[in-house]
Amino acid sequence: MLSAPLIILLQPRGLAWAGATAAALASFAIAVALTIAVLDGQTQVYAMGGWPAPYGIELAVDQFSALVLLVVTGAGAGALLAARSSIDQQIEPERQPLFYSAWLLGLAGLAGIVVAADAFNIFVFMEISSLSSYVLIAGGPDRRALPAVFKYLIMGTIGATFYLIGVGLIYMMTGTLNLADMEARLGDVTELNPILVAAGFITIGLALKAAVFPLHVWLPNAYTHSPHMITVFLAACATKVAIYVLIRFDYMVFQSKLDDHATQFAQFLMPLAILGILVASAVAMFEGHLKRLLATSSVAQIAYIILGASFVSESGLAASAMHIFNHALAKGGLFLAVACLAYHYRDLRLDQLGGAAARMPFTSAALVVCGFSLIGIPGTAGFISKWLLITAALESGPLGWILVAVILVSSLMAVVYIWRIVETLYFSDSAKGDIAVAEAPYPMVLVTWLVALLNIGFGLFPTMPLTLANASAALLMGYSG
Amino acid sequence: MTPESTILAAICLPLAGALAIGLAGRVSPNLREFVTMATAGCLAWLVWSLLPLLMAGGRPGVAVGELMPGLGIAFEVEPLGMLFAALASGLWIVNSIYSIGYMRGNKEKNQTRFFVCFALALSATMGVAFAGNLFTLFLFYELLTLSTYPLVSHKGDAATVRSARVYLGVLLTTSIGLFLPAIIWTYTVAGTGDFVLGGVLAGKLGDPEVGLLLALFVFGIGKAAVMPVHRWLPAAMVAPTPVSALLHAVAVVKAGVFAITKIIAYVFGIDFLFDSPSSGWLLYVAVFTIVTASLVALRQTNIKRLLAYSTIAQLSYVVMAAAILKPMAEVGAAIHIVAHAFGKITLFFAAGAIYVASKKTEIYQLKGIGRRMPWTMAAFSIGALSMIGVPPTAGFVSKWYILAGAFEANNLVAVFTIIASTVLNAAYFLPILYMAWFAREESGGAEHGEAPFAAVLALTITALLTLAFFLFNGSVIELESQVVRGLD
Repeated sequence: MLSAPLIILLQPRGLAWAGATAAALASFAIAVALTIAVLDGQTQVYAMGGWPAPYGIELAVDQFSALVLLVVTGAGAGALLAARSSIDQQIEPERQPLFYSAWLLGLAGLAGIVVAADAFNIFVFMEISSLSSYVLIAGGPDRRALPAVFKYLIMGTIGATFYLIGVGLIYMMTGTLNLADMEARLGDVTELNPILVAAGFITIGLALKAAVFPLHVWLPNAYTHSPHMITVFLAACATKVAIYVLIRFDYMVFQSKLDDHATQFAQFLMPLAILGILVASAVAMFEGHLKRLLATSSVAQIAYIILGASFVSESGLAASAMHIFNHALAKGGLFLAVACLAYHYRDLRLDQLGGAAARMPFTSAALVVCGFSLIGIPGTAGFISKWLLITAALESGPLGWILVAVILVSSLMAVVYIWRIVETLYFSDSAKGDIAVAEAPYPMVLVTWLVALLNIGFGLFPTMPLTLANASAALLMGYSG
Repeated sequence: MTPESTILAAICLPLAGALAIGLAGRVSPNLREFVTMATAGCLAWLVWSLLPLLMAGGRPGVAVGELMPGLGIAFEVEPLGMLFAALASGLWIVNSIYSIGYMRGNKEKNQTRFFVCFALALSATMGVAFAGNLFTLFLFYELLTLSTYPLVSHKGDAATVRSARVYLGVLLTTSIGLFLPAIIWTYTVAGTGDFVLGGVLAGKLGDPEVGLLLALFVFGIGKAAVMPVHRWLPAAMVAPTPVSALLHAVAVVKAGVFAITKIIAYVFGIDFLFDSPSSGWLLYVAVFTIVTASLVALRQTNIKRLLAYSTIAQLSYVVMAAAILKPMAEVGAAIHIVAHAFGKITLFFAAGAIYVASKKTEIYQLKGIGRRMPWTMAAFSIGALSMIGVPPTAGFVSKWYILAGAFEANNLVAVFTIIASTVLNAAYFLPILYMAWFAREESGGAEHGEAPFAAVLALTITALLTLAFFLFNGSVIELESQVVRGLD
């Protein structure tokens, strides 16, 4: 059990799809096992190479990491399971082993970030995951991916550098890289200005990585032009991992030691979150390309997570953690359905997709279910996190009503952009004459439906993620005491 | 079967029916229609089998699951919900007979989708009727909106889709934008959203907030079509007539006023609202809606649009009756849900029958049609008289109770509104009746006779029900009196 994260770190050799999927499934199984282990509140720690912390490299999994780890490995495993036919179509055979190994590297990197217990290893894993995701995004047949990935590369590197500067400053002041140790030693530091600067650098660097508005400009293009299955994987978990680190740093390390950090954090992020929610939703309403529409909506959804975190309250954090999980389900499902559509439709602009539901009834139905979850229709997973978020907003005082209004207005915007998709698929006339049923290969449809059903399942029985989310919120708020 | 399993069966049966209808639709239309009728019959039997228990004062309930502490899916049958469910399930049978005649007579396309969505909508309606807390109510309320969208946009041309968008837009905007925050607010303040007779909010909410919360509920429940959130109802008239008849005279709109009545009685509590001056505005909004909608109806030339505005006015009767906050008026509100349902479904059936037989949709085209379609127009006349409230029709009974409640509360505004709207109703219905029966038919019109037999049969049944309710309403009143018993 304790060596579990090790397997995730196994360097993949040129494995093809089967190997990659097996590895991803194994890591998912391990994540599930870890989750069960931490459900009772026991943090799982593994000291690499037998050196005790704070000197050795330590891996630690608590409830919050378990939740995010589930999302990451789940997304990886799900996307890989479904990926075969889609990748066959988009990547030429001789490059496939390379592609899959890059994918596994990305998965390992993201999972590594989540389990790592010290700031520098987080950076290392972040670089691993970033570099591999550049490769993955650019790996598709779409040449427009290249400028997109270049933009991502520049911005991602700036983000990582900012993060590293911040970590360097803290190391300078405390002499440690281990997060728990850092928190303890910060109490002895008298000169707090460098720490403050470090907090600023880290927050902004990670916000860049997490595509927090207005640092999100790399995201829509990167998601739109990457291979479809990569979009599934990245949209479900990549940015969420950055948010995970952001929340962990700000709550675990800085919260208790910097005066007024909570207020600064909230004042900095809350307006950005509100703007992000409204602006991105509005843009998505008028977007004509299906993938870009969903990518833009991701920016808004990420802002929800940030908004929850910026309440600096237990209920707000629980809502955030919950939305990390639920948005991964909804958006992952949506992009899976898009990948299925893309199997037959080369051009994913909405005006080219008219009447697709007649040709691909299962895919379209799954897309509708996941779309409802994104809107937050009751009975789906998305509703749970909206409910938590609104409850948390109501608890946060008089300002809460404005926030509730923001959340509701953006939900309505989500109705508009999802409904544009639904209408295109179901109620507009087919662009081409033939309407023979031609579904995507069944593994893809099967996985898509699995995710769609999970959206409903976790909408009606959300106990498991809810327990984890509440526990992580309590854990994070606990540090401030 | 235990009452608990009956409740669950009543919600699941139409779902299973929808599936079966979808499968049967691939085999043959006759089998599909048979499955529809069988489902409708079984559903009505299930729902009505709960009635004796309710009459004896039983309140069967069942909790399905809990999402979060205090927030779960639960059902509980009480008199209001029982009445609504019994009404909707009973009329579904009649409506299915009518649908078959109408859809075939009109040679509509996508008939399987139509019947499947209809069954889904009924499942959602049962969920709304039996909901045991606000969250469950909201869940099925949204399902009802979504499942009826394909029905409204059935025709599929650009104008229809535009109207269907208005339908969906208004209903979802109000429910997510106002209804949902109202529910969450209630949960936050009261710690529960369960329906408890006498309310859960008394003593937990101060005065101006009560009025505000009530506003969030009333305007959030767009299905009740209280102005200014009534726009979706005329827009929904692009749907095939059976949809307008069952959904937009019975299931959907009644889900709205039912929800408002239920929330007033079971979340706020009648006495609590009566003692909160800030809730007084509701009466005036309802009054305004009644008068304005009736005036607008006067100016309509399209039969279905006229009926739609008449529905808006009649729905606000229910809201107004509930807002009088007196036991007698609450009973009147419940009875008016039934009385209006019988009358309005008859009117819609007749309008649809006219369309099938003659393709006429405008009022001025109806000259002398009574001689060609005597059965249809006789039923139409009974429905219209019931709207006006002339004895011996159902509409008279409910008006009687609402008036009695208004006098009990010494509420002269309500009394005068009822009188004024009766006059207005007469003003827009009587000319139609006159034209249909006594005016001379214009020459050059196409020859036509009665509508298909199934359609005529259905509208005759509902017309008879309208008459029968005038005489046999004792058990309904007794049932609904349970809601207010002990509050005098």
